[in-house]
Amino acid sequence: MSFIDYRETIKEGDTAIVFLGHESMFPVKVQHGGKTQTKYGVIRHSTDLIGKRYGSKVTCSKGGWVYILHPTPELWTLNLPHRTQILYSTDISLITMMLELKPGSVVCESGTGSGSLSHAIIRTIAPTGHLYTVEFHQQRAEKAIEEFEEHKVGHLVTVKNQDVCKNGFGITHLADAVFLDIPSPWEAIGHAKSALKREGGRICSFSPCIEQVQRTCLALEEHGFAECNTLEILLRVYNVRTISLPLPDLGKGTGGNARGESDQGSPSDQGASSAGLQQGNAQFKSGVPPREMVGHTGYLTFATKSLF
Amino acid sequence: MEGSPEPASPGVIREGDFAVLKRDEVFKAVAVARRRKIVFEKQWFCLDNAIGHIYGTTFEVTSGGTLQPKNRVQEAATETKEAGADNRNIVDDGKSQKLTHDDIKALKDKGIKGQEIVQQLIENSTTFRDKTEFAQHKYIKKKKKKYEAVITIVKPSTRILSTMYYGREPGKINYLRYDTLAQMLTWGNVRAGNKMIVMETCAGLVLGAIMERMGGYGSIIQMYPGGGPVRAATSCFGFPGSFFQTLYDFPLSKVDSLLSGTFSLKKLPLESEENTAVAEESNGSVDDKPVSVQEADTECSAEIAAEDRQPEEQEIMDIPTEGDAFEDSKAKGTTHDKLKKQEERQKKLIEAADLLKEKNADGLIVASRFHPAPLLLSLLEFVAPSRPFVVYCQYKEPLVECYTKLREKGGVINLKLSETWLRNYQVLPDRSHPKLMMSGAGGYLLTGITVINESVKSGDCSEQTDEEPTSKKRKLQEQR
Repeated sequence: MSFIDYRETIKEGDTAIVFLGHESMFPVKVQHGGKTQTKYGVIRHSTDLIGKRYGSKVTCSKGGWVYILHPTPELWTLNLPHRTQILYSTDISLITMMLELKPGSVVCESGTGSGSLSHAIIRTIAPTGHLYTVEFHQQRAEKAIEEFEEHKVGHLVTVKNQDVCKNGFGITHLADAVFLDIPSPWEAIGHAKSALKREGGRICSFSPCIEQVQRTCLALEEHGFAECNTLEILLRVYNVRTISLPLPDLGKGTGGNARGESDQGSPSDQGASSAGLQQGNAQFKSGVPPREMVGHTGYLTFATKSLF
Repeated sequence: MEGSPEPASPGVIREGDFAVLKRDEVFKAVAVARRRKIVFEKQWFCLDNAIGHIYGTTFEVTSGGTLQPKNRVQEAATETKEAGADNRNIVDDGKSQKLTHDDIKALKDKGIKGQEIVQQLIENSTTFRDKTEFAQHKYIKKKKKKYEAVITIVKPSTRILSTMYYGREPGKINYLRYDTLAQMLTWGNVRAGNKMIVMETCAGLVLGAIMERMGGYGSIIQMYPGGGPVRAATSCFGFPGSFFQTLYDFPLSKVDSLLSGTFSLKKLPLESEENTAVAEESNGSVDDKPVSVQEADTECSAEIAAEDRQPEEQEIMDIPTEGDAFEDSKAKGTTHDKLKKQEERQKKLIEAADLLKEKNADGLIVASRFHPAPLLLSLLEFVAPSRPFVVYCQYKEPLVECYTKLREKGGVINLKLSETWLRNYQVLPDRSHPKLMMSGAGGYLLTGITVINESVKSGDCSEQTDEEPTSKKRKLQEQR
């Protein structure tokens, strides 16, 4: 296992994802002699996990079973221990593309938070890029370092415990991209500018409130950033369902020319006798949006630093 | 800093580069060449002067078709002093502008700088001083856009090319909006070192995006319909040659035989010949202009070809693609060369078949104009367990069908049908709001993860029950 390349089999020390059912999963650290409790019973690491292929079905003690999945930044985002609010994959996707991240990119990030975005950045810039991430909360910074080591990506990331607004990112003219997710990003724009390469680079700031965006945009303009663009992305998930709508009784049943307009065309001639009461149903498959959805995470403001 | 930096320095525009021209929100991909006339946004110019400058430099187009680098500093020149409070006394009599249409044309013909024309328009507007400060701002911005011919030359990237395609030629990429493409790359866990399978009819844009994210590490097998893969958009990225060494292609029409074990090289069509024919045909159809990238697409679909004919859409790119040049020289080449090329192709094809036969790909990305269900059901066979797959479709219904069929077949979990909405904002002091128009359609995605599909029969029903909503599902959705 590694967050930056796929392995076929599960080994000691791996972080694996236990998949129980529809979007119900959790991470597990694989250890000899280790045990994990699930609602289907216990999983014994030595016999049930180690040496098995990722993607296998594992039968638990009570006879129920789960799937064991290879970790990815996306699965980690859904399962990581929250120390802060985190960014989810919908925003992360747009950030990654609009910051033009790719293998070899040097990226600055602040704050590190729970490391949701950090893992996604590391995945994208590996094997030759580097992430400099700054977190002013000491405990969170330490926890992040620990996690990166555990996930075998420590060599691709440097965590600094300092205040980005006061002390910057600790590098100058090295970065291809800067990402800010802090309460007052406008105070860090100057530091972002000097962290970016001389010939330019991209910047993104994530803020939940429009007032923050306003101040950030002004600061970006003052520091000579161009192509300032604010976006918001929303995810709409559809549940696939078979839906059955009853056909209304318009009193036509006894007339003999009852014509169901359903897809099945079921109430035909022979059913005419009972049609008066039971007209039948029309069935179809549909993607049904959930009753509630996430309406706002944050505004994403992007800009370009060019030479001038 | 604008002199002539050493050729090795990165970010410098060089001859032979693939670049993108940008004017406001409009993009056009070009190949940088000397003494070549380029038409962009109703203006023509040569890129000769741009060579040696840094990417991101803004140029002013002079009447002679040359480019003058423009500093951003001078912009704050048009300061406004007087301004009205509201528009209660502003009447639209159509006479507020004292300059006539002919006057303006005369100014333009004299070769006067756009900035000065804008200044004259302001001075000759009787209502300008009564407009509110915001309205004055808007007026200047509008006039600048019209008269100040400035273009910026930027480096191609997935961000820029996918925005360009969605803005100018969405039909070519099946209306795949750039934020949807971004989701595909993330959910597909596209990264260096992967072995990816791609089936796309998006002019090679999706392929290019994947290549950018893989940075030349790992391998990609592109499945193609018809006579050969379309890579018009791929060539706009300007990838180094090394990126193409581990890029393979495999004809879709041979997938069945590969899966059933009856695949043999003998039955393969002579693809290179077909391609040559297509290239020659299109060469004849476009006058003296270098073959525009679109022509390579024409074989793809008559429906899309129809859109090509709109002159406006022709403007998007002006690149003689590598592929075309390649085909061109081949057409003229000797039979010996032809044979050699064909041998190479065959060799690469065998390699592609071998890679597929291992059935251990790290992911599958589908974005095409074909019905996704049969593609998905077959191509997933080549993917290893515990790997993500992503299917794009312009419409939701085919993905609902995919969902149902995959559930019946098994071997996949965590199926999710989704769509993203993208909203653009205007952010200005006291004038922040969502932009007036937003894109209403960017397509749909079906994502999932492969698993080992043991005991197909018994596994089926239990899987169904296991995947039914649990109490945790709602909780997770709420978190998201």
